[in-house]
This record gives sequence, C-alpha cells and structure tokens, in this order.
Amino acid sequence: MTEPILETRGLTKSFGALVAGDDISIDLRKGEIHAIIGPNGAGKSTLIQMICGGLKPDAGQVRLMGRDVTGDSTASRARAGLGRTFQISALAMENSVLQNAMLGAMGALDHPWRFWRPVLARSDLRDRAEACLDRAGLLELRSRRVADLSHGERRQLELAVALTLQPRAFVMDEPMAGLGAGGSARMTEVLDALRAEAPILLVEHDMDAVFALADRISVLVYGRVIATGSVGEIRANAAVREAYLGEDA
Amino acid sequence: MISERMLNLTVIGGLLAVALAALVLDQPFTITLATRVAILSLAAVGLNIALGLGGLVSFGHAAFFGIGGYAMGILAYHAQTYTPLDLGLFTVAGTKSMPVIWLVAMVLSALAALLIGLLALRTSGVYFIMITLAFAQMFYYFTLSWSAYGGEDGLSIYIRNGFPGLNTLVPIQFFGICFVILCAALYLFHRLEHAPFGLALGSARQAPMRVETVGLSPMRLRLVAFVLSGAITGLAGALFADLNRFVSPTMFSWHMSGELIVLIILGGVARLIGPVIGAVLFVVLEHYLGGMTEFWKIWLGVILLLIVLFARGGVAGLLSPRKVGHD
Repeated sequence: MTEPILETRGLTKSFGALVAGDDISIDLRKGEIHAIIGPNGAGKSTLIQMICGGLKPDAGQVRLMGRDVTGDSTASRARAGLGRTFQISALAMENSVLQNAMLGAMGALDHPWRFWRPVLARSDLRDRAEACLDRAGLLELRSRRVADLSHGERRQLELAVALTLQPRAFVMDEPMAGLGAGGSARMTEVLDALRAEAPILLVEHDMDAVFALADRISVLVYGRVIATGSVGEIRANAAVREAYLGEDA
Repeated sequence: MISERMLNLTVIGGLLAVALAALVLDQPFTITLATRVAILSLAAVGLNIALGLGGLVSFGHAAFFGIGGYAMGILAYHAQTYTPLDLGLFTVAGTKSMPVIWLVAMVLSALAALLIGLLALRTSGVYFIMITLAFAQMFYYFTLSWSAYGGEDGLSIYIRNGFPGLNTLVPIQFFGICFVILCAALYLFHRLEHAPFGLALGSARQAPMRVETVGLSPMRLRLVAFVLSGAITGLAGALFADLNRFVSPTMFSWHMSGELIVLIILGGVARLIGPVIGAVLFVVLEHYLGGMTEFWKIWLGVILLLIVLFARGGVAGLLSPRKVGHD
C-alpha cells in the first residue's frame, strides 16, 4: 500500500477533564474522500484544528506525505500542501471576491514582500485566481465585495481560495453547511470531481452528501473513532447506529 | 459626493494653494501653519499604515515621533556646540544636514519599531494599545530626566538645519520640503495599499486565519507594516523639531500618540487622504478656536464624537464614500 497523503497517529487532546481527542488515528489516501462524522461535541473541530495547526495535541502526530508536521505552524503546513476550508467563512469581507482568491494565489505562487506593483496587475496570480473562481462558479462575481455575497456564495469562495493553493490534501469543515438543496447538490458535484486531484478529509453534517461522496467514513464520538469503513459498513454498524444515527440497534 | 481622486487632489492642491497664497500676501505665519499641517499629516500617514491598513491601534506612535525629534535635536546640538557625540565605541560629529538627520531619524525609529513590534505584536486588542503606550511613556520619562539634552526643558536649536541648495529659514522653502516629503509618503502609501503586501496586510487585519491557511504569517506582515509606519512617523518627528527648532519630552507624550489617532479618525481610517484632512481640521481648530478659548479641545471632542457616531469613514468617507470592488 502506498503511503497515505495525510495521517494522524494517536492524536490526543483534552481540555481539563473533557477529552476532545482520544488516540485518533486516521489516514487519507490518494484519490479518496474520507468523511468524518459524529454528533455535536464529538471533537470534529478539535481534530481539524490539530491537523491544520490551530491547536497543539497533547500527544500523537500529524503526518503530511510521510513527514511529521506536528510542530509546524499553520502557515508552514499550508505551504506543505494542506488546503483548508472553514465552517464559518474566514474571508476578507471588505475585499472583492477576486482579491480573496488572489491572496490564495499569492500564498501558493509568490511571497507578500512586494511593495510597489499593484497586485491586480499580476497576471500570473490573477490567472490562477480566476481559473479557480471559474471552477467554483464565481467568476461572474469576481469584483463583488465579499460582504455583499450570499452565504452560499461565500462557501463557494471558501472552496475557490482552497483551490488556488493546489494543495496535496484538502481538509474541509462542513462545506455544505447552510447551502440549500440545490447548492448542496452542486457542491457535491464539485467535490466529487475534486478527489482525483487531491484527496479530501471531509467533516460534514449533511448525511446525504456524506453517503453520496465518501469512499470511507470514520465516526467520531466523545473524541474517539468508534468505527471506520465504507458507506455500507458504517450504515450497517450497530455501534454507530446506536451512538450516532439515533436508531435503536 | 466626489470621486476619491478628486478629493485627494483638492485637499493636497488646497494645502499647496494656501501656502502659495500666503506667500503672495506676505503672511509667513500662515505658511508655518501649512507646514505644521504637512508635518502632522506625514506623521499620521505613517500611523495610517499600521492603524488603517494593518488594523494595529498603536497608542505609542509618539515614541517614533519623539525619536525622530531627538535624532534631529541631538545631532544639531552637537553641531552647534562643536562637541563630538560619544557613542561609546566611537564618537561622531554632529550635523546640520537635513538629509543625514532624516536618514538617522528613520533608521532609529525603524529599529525602535522593530523592537517594540516584536514584543507588542504578540498581543492584540487593548493589550496592544497598552503595551505601545507603555513603550512611548518609557521614552517620555527617560528624556524627562536626560539632563545632557535639556531634560524636561528640552533642547533649543538656534538655526534651522540645512538642505543642499535651499535656504530652509525661508518659510516657503521649508514648507516645500515638507510638502514634497508628504506627497512622496502619500504615494508610497497608495502603492503599498494596492501592492501584494497591502492585500496580504489588509487580509491579515480582516481574516488572520485565512492568511495563515494560505501559508503567510500575519505576525510578519504586521511587523513589517509597523516598522515602515514607525520610520515615516520618525521622519515627521525630525521635521517637526526642525519646524519648531526645539525638541522636548512632550513629543513623546501620550497626548501626541492620541492626537495622531484623532487625526486619522477625523479624516478617515485607512483612507489615503484621511490623515491630511484630519491634520487640516486639527490645525485650523487649534489655531482659530484656540485663539478664542483655552478650551478649544472640547469642540474638537464634540466633532470627534459626531464623526465616530455618525460618520465612521471620517470626513473623507462623508465627501467621497469608498467604492468597493474594482474593474
């Protein structure tokens, strides 16, 4: 078997008496969508933050393409190829759609220590940004201010900015959250095609989307992975049904 | 409602026109007021890089203003007394040359901004405000007891420093120097704002998490902005000392830091021309209201209150609301 693109080994984190992450070992392989599901408070956000660099685990490792990145900053993990999208959009609200995407392109292709030429005149950054906006279906809105975008359009922009990084692995925190049925279906299509480029670790509450997309699902409850398997296996798993899907086993 | 470009040209052109009109009408004091506007504007343009573009509410920019002032004062003092300046390892002669003084003022304030920034930028919000204030106050109390350079009495420089080819004692010529430097700083601000650095810095203000997840460090962006900001305010300090031919610890006082923030809020935070509009208002009120009543700052306070309550974009925002987006 080939080396996983992204891997956690025994990640553990507690906040006082609350164990938010308990020996979490999951991996993300080339070409797949690996969904993480779990009830509220299961530790999904904690896991994402440990993977992306916002939180330092008490124990365990995060490995990106075989390299231990546990001690690295968020920025250096991003440069190493981790592309993250946020549950609550983290975008520069006063800036335009294009400027937000170009920030991503700048992070991927260049450095910010350029003080003179206008950034919008940088055709290399602009081309990358516009291509990604196009894929996310936002090219028409490129000069719109982000504050004026709808919730769904912001989700699309989250995705577009992550695309500009051309990451080796995506970590997506509830990309479907707040999208209507139509938006959710479109996002599902985009993610479906995206896995061929880079695998996706998908934290998502929308079960229809998860079951439609995931190659594998891991179920997180009280900070522990109680099961990992294919969609069929997880649906059939008695412990999962009891703990999470809310059905009597 | 006028375009931003029109507003910028009107304000800058207006300042120049006032000085030239005063020259024709033989009103040297008005030229001095215009020079004061130009220098305070320059100091606030510096602060606007940190505060406006970077969102760093520095309540300690008087530190850089004062360092610029004392750089001028100390170098000129040694030149006028023909005493060498002992730097410990070696001694240097003082100087009355403006370009040299400006360079020293900018390098020293940039260094101070680097050190203050390295510590202060680890915090944010009210802690950042307090730490920057504390640093400026340290300089204030240090110079207050620095008897070698006048302590609390300050330091008088009898003849204004020189600039090659100009007679700086002629008010309009000194105004010209300050005006050209102000225009250069405004142009720099404009370039910075639209350059890749400005985009990254503005994004770090609005969405620091985003900046990190595209692989950039908000802390480094802010530090560079703070250093640039400090250097420009330091240059303004050197010019301010030369305008008054006097430096004293008041240049370091927290009132000075507060005034610079007030100028920017009056004129329009993060707006190119905001600091200049703020400085014009401030100097006009200070001069005319100050002539009528000792308590003119009450009226300044009322105006500030009205702007904060009803016109967040400052005067620039009222006259020319910011259009967003681009072509």
